Amino acid sequence: MTGLAELLSYEFVRNAAWAGLLGAVLCGVVGTFVVVKRLVFISGGISHAAFGGLGVCYFLGLDPRLGAAVVAVLAALLLARSGKGRGRSHDATIGVLWAAGMAIGFLFMHQTPGYAPNLMTYLFGNILTVGTSDVLLTLGLTLAVVGALWLWFDELVAVAFDEEFAAVQGVRVRTVNALLLVAIALSVVFLLRLVGIVLVIALLTIPPVIGLRLAKGFLQVVLLAVGSGVAMALGGLSLSYAYDLPSGPAIVLLGAAGLGVIGLAGRWRGRRRAAGGRGLAAAAAGSTVDPP
Amino acid sequence: MTRTPPLVELRDVVFGYGAEVILDRVSLQIHDDDFLAIIGPNGGGKTTLLKVILGLLDPWSGEVVRRIPGGGACGWVPQFATFDKDFPLRVRDVVRMGRLSQRRGRRRRGDGDDRDDETLRRLGLIEVADEPVGELSGGQLQRTLIARALVGEPQILFLDEPLASVDLELRESLIDVLVELNRTIPVVVVTHDLTPFAGAVRQIACVNRRLHYHPEGRLTPAMLEEVYGCPVELIAHGVPHRVLEPHAHEPGTGGRE
Repeated sequence: MTGLAELLSYEFVRNAAWAGLLGAVLCGVVGTFVVVKRLVFISGGISHAAFGGLGVCYFLGLDPRLGAAVVAVLAALLLARSGKGRGRSHDATIGVLWAAGMAIGFLFMHQTPGYAPNLMTYLFGNILTVGTSDVLLTLGLTLAVVGALWLWFDELVAVAFDEEFAAVQGVRVRTVNALLLVAIALSVVFLLRLVGIVLVIALLTIPPVIGLRLAKGFLQVVLLAVGSGVAMALGGLSLSYAYDLPSGPAIVLLGAAGLGVIGLAGRWRGRRRAAGGRGLAAAAAGSTVDPP
Repeated sequence: MTRTPPLVELRDVVFGYGAEVILDRVSLQIHDDDFLAIIGPNGGGKTTLLKVILGLLDPWSGEVVRRIPGGGACGWVPQFATFDKDFPLRVRDVVRMGRLSQRRGRRRRGDGDDRDDETLRRLGLIEVADEPVGELSGGQLQRTLIARALVGEPQILFLDEPLASVDLELRESLIDVLVELNRTIPVVVVTHDLTPFAGAVRQIACVNRRLHYHPEGRLTPAMLEEVYGCPVELIAHGVPHRVLEPHAHEPGTGGRE
């Protein structure tokens, strides 16, 4: 533990740890909706589209975060508008946003005179470059996003579960869906700093999947996702420091390994239960139980 | 007979998907003591009609007027399992969603839990209340959807094929629940099989693009032939033979007693 104390005496490490914590909270809350609503591909589209805004702002000498945020939110609203109804074109729209965003971003970065930014930082992130202003910005963002989602929690869950029933209940389904997509967009922009565009999906998916494996209720899944996200971020950061690894991949791979262990443990337990002959199926007396 | 204005009124509603017309100039009134069965062949537009009534689908033309007292919600029991079975919700959580329309302003979690429990008990779900909804049997899931519709104290109740995955024993008790509810609110049931509801139904609407309304809750083979486009044999079980009229060509078979 003296290692950790020593580690935290560096300001950039403290910033990274704070960023990781806040990121984990964002990922746990937003990511749970992403996973249960199957918005993983949409989230990927938004994050890659955001790269376009980032590149343009870089070229213009503006804050790249601003460009990324604006483009991500616009992409989210565009996708919310095009909606699920037209399935095929919606899917293709995401693909176009994805590719065009990357192309624009790379093009403008390439055209930027003088010092060429390190592309790898944006693709794979570097949590150790997060500054104090970033942390404060992220704190505000996390509070805003989590607060909004908390306020609309019941509506969001209802819409995610059964859109039509929610609509009959008088929930404004389109507004709720747009709110969620904007929350995803803002979270993605922040997460870019931590793990980069390519790995952002891992932070949005791995913690909620761990939560889904271990909990039954929605809120419990969210809390477990936040917890495992924190473990991923801080654990990955420590690994990155201890073995001099890039932080993004360290965080992601630690999470993936954790998920693998939980998956194997679940399978082993399931087999043992099946061998015992009395599973949940027997307890539920005559109800049919789908295998997980 | 003068009545209060209908709770739901459709005037010359036309709706379709793409270029295909599903509902053609449909007019319908639902009054406050109705027990209306909407029947018709598969693909005839029964569920579509229900969604138009509920406001989930906007008609191409025509008018849908809903006069739900106090702006209250419609209770809706959708056709079985349109949602993701892996969704991390317990039975109790799903049922609680039925009260979403009641919450206005500041929320207080925990309000109405007693009502949830009461409804869960009434539908025989209290033992599985904390189980994940994905692990329920078909009948349990169906009852969960009905419980979800009932906790919101709806002013009108719509059910889409509510008996589809329900065993015979449960059918009886479900229909009893509906008849009891019908003492205070109108009940609208979409069904492909009218027989189980024979004793309860008071009005019948046959939908096959066009809508034919029968205010007496009785069907004649001629009506059915018009709707289904071919002769349909009427079969009756049980005592109340309200849905049957004497057959024009074979007097005595399956007639009304």
